[in-house]
Amino acid sequence: MSGTHGTETTAGPVLGNVAPEATSATGEPGDNGAALEAVGRVARAVMPVTGVIADPTQLRTYECDGLAHYRVTPALVVLPETTQQLAAVVRACSEHGVPFVARGSGTGLSGGALPRADGVLVVTSRMRTIREIRREDQRAVVDPGVINLDVTRAATPHGYYYAPDPSSQQICSIGGNLAENSGGAHCLKYGFTSNHVLGTELVTPQGDVVQLGGLAPDAPGYDLLGTVVGSEGTLGIATTATVRLVRLPQEVRTLLVGFPSTDEAGAATSAIISAGVLPAAIEMMDALAIEAAEAAVHCNYPAGAGAVLVVELDGASAEVEHEYAQVEAFCREHGAFELRLATDPAERALIWKGRKSAFAAVGRISPDYIVQDGVIPRTALPEVLRAIAELSSSSGVRVANVFHAGDGNLHPLVLFDESKPGAGEAAEKVSGAILDLCISHGGAITGEHGVGVDKAAYMPKMFTDDDLDTMQLVRCAFDPDGIANPGKVFPTPRLCGEVPGKRKKAHPLVEAGLADAF
Amino acid sequence: MTTTSSTRLEAARAALTSACGDVTDGSPADAVDGVPVALVARPASTPEVAEVLRAAAAHGLTVVPRGRGTKLSWGQPPEQADLVLDVSRMGAVLDHAAGDLIVETQAGALLTDVQRTVGSAGQRLSLDEAVPGSSIGGTLATNMSGPRRVAVGTARDLLLGVTVVRADGVVAKAGGRVVKNVAGYDLGKLVIGSFGTLVVVTEAVFRLHPVPAARQVVSVLFAAAADAGRLAQQVVHAQLVPAAVEVDWPADGPGAVHVLLEGTEAGVAARSAALVELVGGRSAAGDLPAGWGRLPWADAPGTALKATFALSALPAVLSAGRDAAASAGVGLTLRGSAGAGVVYGALPADADVTAVRAVVTRLRQACTAAGGALVVLDGPAEVKSGVDTWGPVPALDLMRRVKERFDPERRLAPGRFVGGI
Repeated sequence: MSGTHGTETTAGPVLGNVAPEATSATGEPGDNGAALEAVGRVARAVMPVTGVIADPTQLRTYECDGLAHYRVTPALVVLPETTQQLAAVVRACSEHGVPFVARGSGTGLSGGALPRADGVLVVTSRMRTIREIRREDQRAVVDPGVINLDVTRAATPHGYYYAPDPSSQQICSIGGNLAENSGGAHCLKYGFTSNHVLGTELVTPQGDVVQLGGLAPDAPGYDLLGTVVGSEGTLGIATTATVRLVRLPQEVRTLLVGFPSTDEAGAATSAIISAGVLPAAIEMMDALAIEAAEAAVHCNYPAGAGAVLVVELDGASAEVEHEYAQVEAFCREHGAFELRLATDPAERALIWKGRKSAFAAVGRISPDYIVQDGVIPRTALPEVLRAIAELSSSSGVRVANVFHAGDGNLHPLVLFDESKPGAGEAAEKVSGAILDLCISHGGAITGEHGVGVDKAAYMPKMFTDDDLDTMQLVRCAFDPDGIANPGKVFPTPRLCGEVPGKRKKAHPLVEAGLADAF
Repeated sequence: MTTTSSTRLEAARAALTSACGDVTDGSPADAVDGVPVALVARPASTPEVAEVLRAAAAHGLTVVPRGRGTKLSWGQPPEQADLVLDVSRMGAVLDHAAGDLIVETQAGALLTDVQRTVGSAGQRLSLDEAVPGSSIGGTLATNMSGPRRVAVGTARDLLLGVTVVRADGVVAKAGGRVVKNVAGYDLGKLVIGSFGTLVVVTEAVFRLHPVPAARQVVSVLFAAAADAGRLAQQVVHAQLVPAAVEVDWPADGPGAVHVLLEGTEAGVAARSAALVELVGGRSAAGDLPAGWGRLPWADAPGTALKATFALSALPAVLSAGRDAAASAGVGLTLRGSAGAGVVYGALPADADVTAVRAVVTRLRQACTAAGGALVVLDGPAEVKSGVDTWGPVPALDLMRRVKERFDPERRLAPGRFVGGI
């Protein structure tokens, strides 16, 4: 096996219920030598010399994404600047049977961009142009490497913004968001990436360039776009995204509320939702998560709180005012002992800083931790939180809870110290048990971080063989040779067999008159 | 025309009858867009649907899935329709989890039954019933939506999970029962708008929304397409969060832009006052305008068009349609969502094919130029055979490959969908 699988890391989130070797997700270094050389030749022919990396030291820069526990050095890294360059490389991969993995900013938390030792890593960070801000159409067209927050920055002068806001929005890319169907704190009201990406130019695993969806809704034919979004790089690589821009709200009110415990905070959340109020966000942190955030960013959350809620209301002023009164009343009814309303952007930013930095902040109170991402029906929240607390006390493993309370998306942070023998295993056991809790309550094994390499082994707990087999029919249609991010999402690859009526078009570069057939 | 021989048909009937018990001969009323149907099976459960599809596969029958049959003639007529698989006996609303704002329903359930069930808890499935009597399955298969799509989107934004049966009888689920879930491929999206050509949907889970306390409609009349465009732009760029922005332009007479505002009593009053100040017009509480959310061909079936376009192209699309209809000497009624970029058009049943083709061509140019498409959803037989109904479809090759993987024998509604899928 590859000697590059790092188990030495302790800096980032650590997870590993299944080693990547066991999922056949990573390939063997040294495999595909001749084929890789052929792909390398194509890459060097179509893009600048700085866009092709084969030097072992430089390659190691790309050995992991945000799930740093898994490390694999890719055989080759390419950084295309155009769709044509990217398509040429993918086509070469297809022709030579070389697996490829797409990577945006590398912030993913499920190892979706974990490279292949026998494959090519296609990095979109040099495709960073915001092509169009179309205020009159409420759309933007952007390259895949464009940073999430930069879309909002470009749209704000026009009175618009891009709604999906993962915590990593200052560095994560739109292409990565598209691949993972990323969420964020505000998806309670505004939905996920899949609700905001209306079109994409996709390079298929065979290197063809196709347009799916676009400026207009309801494109005739199968909604391939809807399947591609969230497919974690297994159906191709997006080279542009047409995204929805949302009008900036007339008013935003952000409320920080302190509660004695998560029970009261959970009850207040249920009361708010049951009353028909739909806040932009309802986030919860428990005492341990608050402690970590305080240590890291001094967010000055209410002292002595067993839980805090961050509730954000936005929309037309007349509605927000009314909803605010309701939310305030529900919180007080359920034991809130302190309510703070952010009255200016600086105060609002401080409230959010505590929440958005929570994952990293946990590093202040524990040398190692696992970020979990499970979903439960919101009404099961109190029961599941109690069960997590029991798991924690019976195992002696501390768990900090940070989550999107409004939609039942939990992010338990399982704390441990890897220098202590057995601690890592104990933490992984608790982390796995939390996922089992989510599944047994009718929930999901991932709400926004993706399956990647990390949770492929959990897929059979949520889906039957027939379910997974049916999903993979789509995979076979797009990628019959199984070269697009193989080993991710599905625990067992499906053999696709012959492609009925397989047709190959002329090479895009040949078509464009830019190159002869390779 | 069916090519199934009578002996084969008898063997198939026996197999189907043991699969689900409720199998009858197809009547003229069962014909699918003029294509005669030999048999109709009405399974009562997902396992029975699977049995029926296995029996159909074993006996080489083509199958057209049917919900309540309100949109069965949409698309092209199937090449063949040996068996109609009718899911109307699967009409139960299975579970309404009010606290979680979700509903789980069988595919044959009426949209109105779902609304009644969830309405008792002050909630709604935010899919307007564009065609009265629609089932959940038919609504998904045709990707139908209505005015409220501006605020909450369409089926693709509301569907959380599906149970489907493949052409080979394998039952599969995707998605789940929670609002947030990124585990596995989102097959629900693939099924929406697939016109029964990919799988048979048997159950669906949707997210729900609370029914707002109050609503108000602000209506402004317009005489020219440019005015409609200006009004729509003013409305969508205001910060008043409309639930719907409709345009309604009858073949004879002025058009109107209707803006629906929903929310709290006080909020709606303030927002509609602000909107009237911005765009003029009248504000009316309570009742929705006549024809609200109804497709323009509802009262007089003819040729049914669906135009999609980038928002700012509204005036270009409206005027292309009106100008083309005027030159062709036919009346064109237009109605749809100015806030979403989707407008439906109705041409009279007696319009000749040349006139229809002229209107379709002009409208298609305008829509395509605006990043959209023009589809002839329904129409008389001579229109369907004499006009390119689906128009150009990008990525058609990839769609064909998806169809080939799911239904390699082309058993499900063959020929009904884009590119002859």
